[in-house]
Amino acid sequence: MSRITIDPITRIEGHLALEVEVQDSKVKEAWASGTLFRGFEIVLKGRDPRDAYHISQRICGVCPTSHAHAASLCLEDAAGIHPPDNGRLVRNVVEGAQFLHSHILWFYQLAALDFVDVVSALQANPKEQYLKDVKARLKKFVDSGQLGPFANAYWGHPAYKLPPDLNLLAVAHYLEAIDKQAQASHISAIFGGRMPMTMTTPAGGSVHIPTVDDIANIMPRLLELKQWVEDVFIPDVLAVAPYYLDYAGIGKGPANFLSWGVFDDPSFDTTNRLLPSGIVMDGSLQAQEVDQQTVTEDVTRAWYKNGEPVHPSVGVTEPEFTEWDVENKYTWAKAPRYGEYPMETGALARMVVAYAKGHETAKKLIDDTLTALGVGGKPEVLFSVVGRIAARALETKIIADATVGWAQQILENIKNGNTATFTDYTMPEQAQGAGLWEAPRGALAHWNQIEGGRLANYQVITPTCWNISPRDGKGVQGPIEEALIGTPVEDPKRPLEILRVAHSFDPCLACTVHVIDPHSNEVYKIRVA
Amino acid sequence: MDDTPHRPTKSPVIHQLNRSHNTNITAARNPFLTRFGVAPLRKDDFAGVPSLSRRDFVKLCGMAAALLGLGSAGVPRIADALVTAASQRPSVVWLNFASDTGCTEALIKASYPNAAQLILEILSLDFHETIMAAAGAQAEELLEQAYKRGDYILIIEGGIPTKKGYGMIARREMIDIGKEFAAKAKAIIAVGSCATYGGAPSGDPNPAGLKGVSEALGVQSINLDLCPVNEGILVATIVDFLLTQRIPELDGHGRPKIFYGQTIHDQCERRAHFNAGRFVERFGSKEEELGYCLYKMGCKGPDTYANCSKFRYNDRVSWCIGAGAPCIGCGEPGWVDKFAGFYERLPGVKVPGLEGVEAGADKIGIAAGVATAAGIAAHAIGTAKKRRFKKEPPSEKADAPAGTGKAR
Repeated sequence: MSRITIDPITRIEGHLALEVEVQDSKVKEAWASGTLFRGFEIVLKGRDPRDAYHISQRICGVCPTSHAHAASLCLEDAAGIHPPDNGRLVRNVVEGAQFLHSHILWFYQLAALDFVDVVSALQANPKEQYLKDVKARLKKFVDSGQLGPFANAYWGHPAYKLPPDLNLLAVAHYLEAIDKQAQASHISAIFGGRMPMTMTTPAGGSVHIPTVDDIANIMPRLLELKQWVEDVFIPDVLAVAPYYLDYAGIGKGPANFLSWGVFDDPSFDTTNRLLPSGIVMDGSLQAQEVDQQTVTEDVTRAWYKNGEPVHPSVGVTEPEFTEWDVENKYTWAKAPRYGEYPMETGALARMVVAYAKGHETAKKLIDDTLTALGVGGKPEVLFSVVGRIAARALETKIIADATVGWAQQILENIKNGNTATFTDYTMPEQAQGAGLWEAPRGALAHWNQIEGGRLANYQVITPTCWNISPRDGKGVQGPIEEALIGTPVEDPKRPLEILRVAHSFDPCLACTVHVIDPHSNEVYKIRVA
Repeated sequence: MDDTPHRPTKSPVIHQLNRSHNTNITAARNPFLTRFGVAPLRKDDFAGVPSLSRRDFVKLCGMAAALLGLGSAGVPRIADALVTAASQRPSVVWLNFASDTGCTEALIKASYPNAAQLILEILSLDFHETIMAAAGAQAEELLEQAYKRGDYILIIEGGIPTKKGYGMIARREMIDIGKEFAAKAKAIIAVGSCATYGGAPSGDPNPAGLKGVSEALGVQSINLDLCPVNEGILVATIVDFLLTQRIPELDGHGRPKIFYGQTIHDQCERRAHFNAGRFVERFGSKEEELGYCLYKMGCKGPDTYANCSKFRYNDRVSWCIGAGAPCIGCGEPGWVDKFAGFYERLPGVKVPGLEGVEAGADKIGIAAGVATAAGIAAHAIGTAKKRRFKKEPPSEKADAPAGTGKAR
């Protein structure tokens, strides 16, 4: 039996370490550790509730817009208002473009290198000039001996299965995707001022008043992106997946899924959102409505002062670093639970909830994809690494289409003279609010408590909190911890398979690999030639 | 740029480190630069950057020249620097500490050169956790190799926790990693408000004891404030360093004067409205649609030194005030606390058209020098004020801007 610690986990946002125990070439136990504490909830206390819109965006520079909108919804809930139609639509476009940016970036820049062997691409024999050029560019890069971000990876690992031509195509698209994710952010910035850290959609709606010029500026970029998602992103996923179908049986996790829902329609009812709110328990594919009052946070295994698990609206954040001990406290991440259950969140959760609720587009896309992969009628294969990748790609298509629609609706509204974007409100002296929303990586919730017109409390549960949750007081593991169990590890010195499972959750945290001898507890660094 | 007004320099030490931005480069240091400023671009100039078309390359150099304020005469000089860089790509080590990766996000949104060119063909990005393929021990090994080679440009994103256990990578304290790597860097660039002065999570009570790079590591860093860093400023700073191999001239806060020499207010496209006393009084209003000044909605532009209006963001499509949002002052040391109450009116600014103001609009607006003086005065007041935002909420409720969530 050996213990592997991967710290830092790279190609994610933030600081994450994984420790796993391997027996008979499979993961037997796993511990996920968030290794950075900043304490935004504490910083927010006592401030002007409106400032949470800006400050909470700094929790995450990859999905700031989602924090922005959760914060706005939270204050709007406390103040009892909704934004006017164009306010809602501007938010949807800014958020939609952020999802496009995030999913494209995640697939190509963050996750793809677990499946695509960049060095093998040099063995390709492309016929098209375009691919020949990419190969020449890559060859020159490799020949320079300065491999930069591609240095010292697991190239040549036997778990890489793609043929050289497909590897080369993926490298070509890796390069294209760098431009595409930036292009998606341009759309957010046209309405939002800049991306990351959009500026224009605080509680009340949008302070940016959209114009016909804006739509003319946005539409060609958006249509081009939508086309690229259809012509490149989804075909890439479908081309790569068949080589890794074993990963349709790896990385299952608890199969409890939570979605707060995202992208409001005019009713502002979370069950009517483009991707609706709901939960699915124990892989049942039976959707239930979600009740945010059922959420608790447990800190038994995290570096906080112990207390009973409570609802975040009355939760406290009292950091207390003791020592790193997987038998006791081992992370800065709290353990959120729905009732007593750990929940997976993210694109897969959203698509599973939508599927279970009979969402027509989601159902058709998923069923067609399963059929294309030769597993038609077996939606349970979605509860896996392959399922998470597919769900994210399919969701990108749904959101791209919808974002085009929202931009068109804004144009219609402008034509009809319906140009209101902002609802005025009075800051409540005393109130509570909840902002339930989705970031690209999953369920995001903000809770505030206002007293004397200031923030008496502010609590946030991010998607990755759910996913990298540690064990709770009852010893129940978090979703990533559970998903890792059973993962094959062919070469403990190069645990590529573990990265695949971890990256499939798109964690928003960062890691390094040591191997610890369980007997001597000696940590030694692996040297790989 | 030398006569650009800037805030007074505080530290004589930093003064000594400053070197003039426009100093001629010696031919010995860079033989390509002997043609500085005279020769047109030739076909050979692209030999070192093969993946770019000539058109793209000219555009790239032109953009970089514009960002650096060099004009068209600077284009060949930049072309030389980039070709030289491409033939022996300079090593860059990028460390993420207490960050939210927003500045990495800004980096990968760079346009000229774009992120792929910058990362793969101009620089040798030898360590960057968010982007690199290697993980765990293999990643650490790369970090170790870069350290042994030395002579890298060190870019730090995120503040540095000074409390034990609050920020660890590979079980090491971030501050220790920072100190080790700073010692062998040929230049240290602190990107974004967290790396410069702690940023948003260092807001009162600063739970993780975050500090900026200079203070935590005891080094001089090139401070690229703003949250996130403006990708144009970041790229231009790197290009400038490749060009000159020198630290640019810095202001008292360690920021390159060329980018942070003037207030947002002084360079704002809505300035004429301020001068004429035309203000947005309510979000979503006719005045907002007309693009009037956002001062009354809480804009911190008069007190914030940065060139956002010139560089804009995201391939220059927009910027905060351009999109109708009041500036939140994210480019200033002490942010967020300094400007907490983002929608509250900034005190100490002489406002045209408001009662009780001594100076009229014309006086502030006409002479740039006067306007700058007003800006600096406003800044001084802002700094000296050190309002405890939590204990004493602003008392100006009566004249609080309308439509910002206050009762009217």
